[in-house]
Amino acid sequence: MKRADPLKKAGFLFLLLSTAIFFLGPVVWQFMTSIKPDTELTALPPIFPTNPTLGHYVAVFRDQPFFRIMGNSLIVASMTTLFCLVIGSLGAFALAWMGFRGKGAILGIALAISMFPPIATVSPLYLIIRALGLRDTWWALMATHTTFALPLTLWILTSFFREIPGELYKAAQMDGCSPLQAFYRILLPLSAPGLGAAAILVFIFSWNEFLFALTFTTTEVSRTIPVGIALFPGLHEIPYGEIAAASMIATLPVILLVLFFQRRIVEGLTAGAVKG
Amino acid sequence: MRPADRYLGYLLISPALLVLAAIALFPILAAVGLSLQRRLPIFHIAAFVGLENYRFLMADPRFWNSLGNTVYFTAVSVALELMLGLGIALLLDRPFSGRGWMRAIILIPWAIPTVVTARMWEWLYNVEFGLLNHLLMATGFVTESVNWLGSPFWAIHSAILMDVWKTTPFAAILLMAGMQTIPRELYLAARVDGAGPWAIFWHITLPSLKPLILVVLLFRTLDAFRVFDAIYVLTGGGPANTTETISVYAYKVLFQTLQFGYGSTLAVMTFACVAFISLIYLKLLGRDYWRRLVQ
Repeated sequence: MKRADPLKKAGFLFLLLSTAIFFLGPVVWQFMTSIKPDTELTALPPIFPTNPTLGHYVAVFRDQPFFRIMGNSLIVASMTTLFCLVIGSLGAFALAWMGFRGKGAILGIALAISMFPPIATVSPLYLIIRALGLRDTWWALMATHTTFALPLTLWILTSFFREIPGELYKAAQMDGCSPLQAFYRILLPLSAPGLGAAAILVFIFSWNEFLFALTFTTTEVSRTIPVGIALFPGLHEIPYGEIAAASMIATLPVILLVLFFQRRIVEGLTAGAVKG
Repeated sequence: MRPADRYLGYLLISPALLVLAAIALFPILAAVGLSLQRRLPIFHIAAFVGLENYRFLMADPRFWNSLGNTVYFTAVSVALELMLGLGIALLLDRPFSGRGWMRAIILIPWAIPTVVTARMWEWLYNVEFGLLNHLLMATGFVTESVNWLGSPFWAIHSAILMDVWKTTPFAAILLMAGMQTIPRELYLAARVDGAGPWAIFWHITLPSLKPLILVVLLFRTLDAFRVFDAIYVLTGGGPANTTETISVYAYKVLFQTLQFGYGSTLAVMTFACVAFISLIYLKLLGRDYWRRLVQ
């Protein structure tokens, strides 16, 4: 059907390569920065590290409570994912499989909330959280992250649940299943890919979230990685090597998620928005 | 559908609704309430002042400056992201070996924390030791280092480039998925009729993608308009407030000068702008699209 035109092929490869370099280059550079000793950081060339060192990584963990900060991020993101999946899958079950009035309105409200600028809610939330004595706790972050990731969860899961034929639900009820049994015996196992997609997107959202984390945390008791990296202390000058090392530590989990689950991520991102 | 199911439906959706109402809707209303007060929590000052803050806002040059910056940042970055995203989606549309890897590569900037992105680009833009200046000088494009983040002209454009890097993948991924749904027979038929690649792009690909392009524009516009992390970490709004967006200004008023009244006024204005932009897009997308989405 197609002739192999060598010029076209070269052009195609050139475009692919430029795209890959543009999107990957800055990350690779940050990685190289993280393993260069300080003397090589302030000299160009050499571009590539000649004496690679793990010193900056050691320094990050030695000079700062970075284990604690990573733990905070891990706990907040995991719990947010759990809350979103539980609340969201129950809601999406109702939205996808049960007939009741106002379904469209509920999805519309969820969509509208996902478009809220976070800055518009941060001042009252700050006062409320302070009044409840929840400043600098995981709870403040888990509650806000869950709320603002919930619309996304509802949309993804509703869209996945709808793919499963409603007849299955009716058949299950005929066989004497209660609705909740049908939910966790039939719907949940069949829509595992959708749950996975939602879980990954929610986890990444919470792991990366900055505005609430910056506002509601004050110490390493609850501080998360983005805040830790943004507020990186420098005595005299900015410690770029250590910042690069911390950046790599913060980035590694999401890069792994992308490499292993890119199909799920794409499915989650396009759920709802792209319909054939 | 049994009537019992309907009540069960309401019961099952209620936790989600409760959370959204308490932690998203109520705070928005409370922010409107705060914006009508003179509120300084550290001094326990809370006095109702009516529309005083809004009157002040109308005459506040820093507000208009930040609004202008936000609009410029949004318009330029979203336009670039859409064009680049379309290009990448076209590039990766046809199957080839290694397409999965390419998709993973472009997803990485989308996935990494914005704070990390900002720190990464801050280092790339560094005047003395940044890779960008080094490469530009080595290739002879510039003769002396450019102060990317220190000069008013370059700072906002540096922030835009960073945003384009980070968020073009989102546009590309959605558009790629949209292109996959265009029936291949349409392309074949057009080619049989003698249409060239440009004609096919203009008359088949673009029109088929129109609703999706609007969705991408909607999400990207709103995201760019409320930009906070990227600017706050990259430039902090400087130099001389030339990169200060509304969210960044509002945050500074709220948490650096601790004026919760006026800060909330700025926050409410951001919300109003975002709501206005959404309405325009919803109108453009049309009722049918939404009905199809929620049904």
